[in-house]
Amino acid sequence: MAAAAAERERYNEDIVRLFTLATIFWGIVGFLVGTFIAFQLAYPWLNLPYEWGTFGRLRPVHTSAVIFAFGGNALLATSLYVVQRTCRTSLFGGPALAYFLFWGYQLFIVLAATGYVMGITQSKEYAEPEWYVDLWLTVVWVVYFVIFFGTILRRREPHIYVANWFYLAFIITIAMLHIVNNLAIPVSWFGTKSYIIWSGVQDAMIQWWYGHNAVGFFLTAGFLGIMYYFIPKQAERPVYSYRLSIVHFWSLIFLYIWAGPHHLHYTALPDWAQVLGMTFSVMLWMPSWGGMINGLMTLSGAWDKLRWDPVLRFLVVSVAFYGMSTFEGPLMSVRQVNALSHYTDWTVGHVHSGALGWVAFVTFGALYYLVPRLWRAERLYSIRLVEWHFWISTLGIVLYVTSMWVSGIMQGLMWRTYDSLGFLQFSFVETVEAMHPFYVVRALGGVLFTAGALIMAYNLWRTMRGEVREEEALPAQLGALRTAPAR
Amino acid sequence: MFKHSFIEKRGVVLASLILVTVSIGGLVEIVPLFTIESTIEPVRGVRPYSPLELMGRNIYIREGCYVCHSQMIRPFRDEVERYGPYSLAVESIYDHPFQWGSKRTGPDLARVGGKYSNEWHVAHLVDPQSVVPESVMPKYPFLLENELEAEDIRAHLEVLRTLGVPYTDDMIAKAEEDLRAQADPEADHEELLQRYPKAMVGDLDGQPERLTEMDALVAYLQILGRMIDFADIDPKDVLQ
Repeated sequence: MAAAAAERERYNEDIVRLFTLATIFWGIVGFLVGTFIAFQLAYPWLNLPYEWGTFGRLRPVHTSAVIFAFGGNALLATSLYVVQRTCRTSLFGGPALAYFLFWGYQLFIVLAATGYVMGITQSKEYAEPEWYVDLWLTVVWVVYFVIFFGTILRRREPHIYVANWFYLAFIITIAMLHIVNNLAIPVSWFGTKSYIIWSGVQDAMIQWWYGHNAVGFFLTAGFLGIMYYFIPKQAERPVYSYRLSIVHFWSLIFLYIWAGPHHLHYTALPDWAQVLGMTFSVMLWMPSWGGMINGLMTLSGAWDKLRWDPVLRFLVVSVAFYGMSTFEGPLMSVRQVNALSHYTDWTVGHVHSGALGWVAFVTFGALYYLVPRLWRAERLYSIRLVEWHFWISTLGIVLYVTSMWVSGIMQGLMWRTYDSLGFLQFSFVETVEAMHPFYVVRALGGVLFTAGALIMAYNLWRTMRGEVREEEALPAQLGALRTAPAR
Repeated sequence: MFKHSFIEKRGVVLASLILVTVSIGGLVEIVPLFTIESTIEPVRGVRPYSPLELMGRNIYIREGCYVCHSQMIRPFRDEVERYGPYSLAVESIYDHPFQWGSKRTGPDLARVGGKYSNEWHVAHLVDPQSVVPESVMPKYPFLLENELEAEDIRAHLEVLRTLGVPYTDDMIAKAEEDLRAQADPEADHEELLQRYPKAMVGDLDGQPERLTEMDALVAYLQILGRMIDFADIDPKDVLQ
C-alpha cells in the first residue's frame, strides 16, 4: 500500500484536476448555448437583433463548446490520467509542459468562440476557426502528442494498455485531419480572413473526410479509450475479450476514415466515391458493435451492480447509446435512406443520440469516477443526486431524439409529397411551420439534459470540498453496499 | 505465428501502424478527385465572383448562412421542381471553401439568383417575418447599416488567383472600381459586365448613395445558380 501511495504521489494529478474542472465548466456552457439556440429555432424572436446574437453565429459556439471544449477537455483529462496509471510513470515533459497544454488548449477554445460571435469563421463545419486559431491548435496538439507519446515510451509496463491505443489513434488522426482540412492562405498576416486552398467538390470531400472523422476519432476512438479504462475499473472486472479489443481497434480505425462521403450522397461528388463511403459506413457497423459488446460484456458477473451503482449505469448506458447510434449511422449512410434523411433533423437527432447518449454519458461516468479520487474524497457527496442526474438526463435525451426523428422524417416526406394533380403538395415554409411543436419538445429535452448536468456540477463541487451527504441508500443499494468494497 | 503483443510492446511501431492504417481511406477517396477528369463537368459559364459578389459571399459565411441553407440540389424530381436543375460540380469550382451545406432549416439557395427582386431580398433580410410570417430566420437589419469594408479587395482576389481562380490582371487592377460600380446605379456597367457576365448591377439595397454589406450580400444571392445557361446543356456533358 505504501508503495502504491508513493507511486500516486509521482503522478501529475494537478493537470488532470484542471482538465476535469474545465470539462465540467465547458460542458455546462455548451449545453446552455445548445438549449438557447434550440429555443431560437422554436421562437425566432430569441434571435437578438444584434450581430452576435443570431443562430448562425451561435450554432458554432455550441458545437465547438460541446465537441472541443467539453469533449476535448474530457479526453485530455482522462487520457492524461489513464496514460500515467497504465504506464506507471508520470507525464513526459514535466509539469511545465502539461500546464502549457492546459492553458494553450483553453486559449484555443476562447479564441475560437470569441471569433464566432464576431463573425470570424471559415464556414467548414466543426472546423470553423480561422487560420491563426488553427495554427495555435496545431502547436498545442503537437505538445499533447509529445506528452502522451513520451509517457508511453517511458512506461514501466511491458504492454501498452488498450485504452492508450485508442487515445493514440485519436491524437494522431486528429492531427492529420486538422492540418489537411484547414490548409489556407490568409488575405493578410494581420487580418483574420483566409481562403481555404481547396475548392468545390474536392473541398467538400476533404471537409467531410475531416467532419466524419471528427466524429470517428475525436468523439469515438478517444471516448472508447475512456470506455476501455473506466468501465473495467468501475465494474471491477477485466475487459471482456483481449482478442476482440485487437479486432475492434484495427478494424475501427481502418474503416472509419472511409465513411466521409456518406455526408455527400446525391451531391455533385462522383458516384464512385459515394458508393465507397456508403459501403464502408455499413461495414463500420461491425467493429462498432464489436466494441459495444466488448464494453457491455465486461459486466459479465457484475450485472447486479447496475441496480445500485448509478455511476456504472452512466457508463453502461452510454455504451448502449453507442450501439444504437452506430446502428442508426450505417442505416442513414445507405443512399436510399439518406435521400430522405439528408438535410433534415433526422441527422441532428442522430448526432445527439451519439453526443448526449454516448459521449456525454461516458464522460459523466468518468467524472463521477475521477472526482472523488482526484480530490481524495471518501466518496461522492451524494449517490442519490447521481440517480437524479441519470434519470433527468436520460429523459432529456429521449425527448430530444424522438422529436428529431419525427420532425426529420416528417419534413423529408413533406418535401417529396405530390398532390393528385402532380404538383408539390407543400411549400417549404409549410414544412417549417409543421416542425414547430417538435422544436419546442427538443428544446425541453435540452433543458432537462442541462438540468441534469447542473445537478452533477453541484454534486461534484460538494465532493471536491470533501463533504458527504448523509442519505438513505435506495433499497437495492442497501443489500449490495454492505458487501461492496470500500470506494 | 504473429503475435499482437509485438506491436503492443513497441510504441513507435504502434504509432506508425496507426498512421498507415488511417491514411489509406483518405488517399483512395481524395486523390482521384484531383486526377479523374470527369469529376468536374466540361460545362461553360462558371466565372469567378465579381468583387462585390465575393464580399457578399464572405458575409454569407460570416453570418453562418450555410448552417441552415444548402447550396446543393440533388437529382430528385421534387428538388428539381422546387429549386431548379440539379447542381453540378463545376458550379462550385471557384468556391473556397464550398458552401453545399448539410442542413435545410431554410430552403436550398443554389439557384435563388433571379427568383426574387432586390427589394424582396432587402425586406426579407431586414425582417424575414415581414414577408414570410412563418419563417424562423433571424433578422439582419445591421446589414443595411454597415458600410462595406473592402479596402483590401485586391488582396482577396490575388489570394484566390494564387489558389487557381482565374482572375485576370485586368480584374485585379479594376477590383476597387468594380466593387463600387456594381452597386452604383449611375455607373457605367459595360466593362464590369464583360468581366463578370450576368452580375446584378444597379441599386441593390435601396440606398444608391451608400455601399453597404446588404449591397454585397444581395449581389451574391442574385448570382447564385445563374452562371450556367441550362437551356443549352448537352446531357452527355454532365455525365461523371
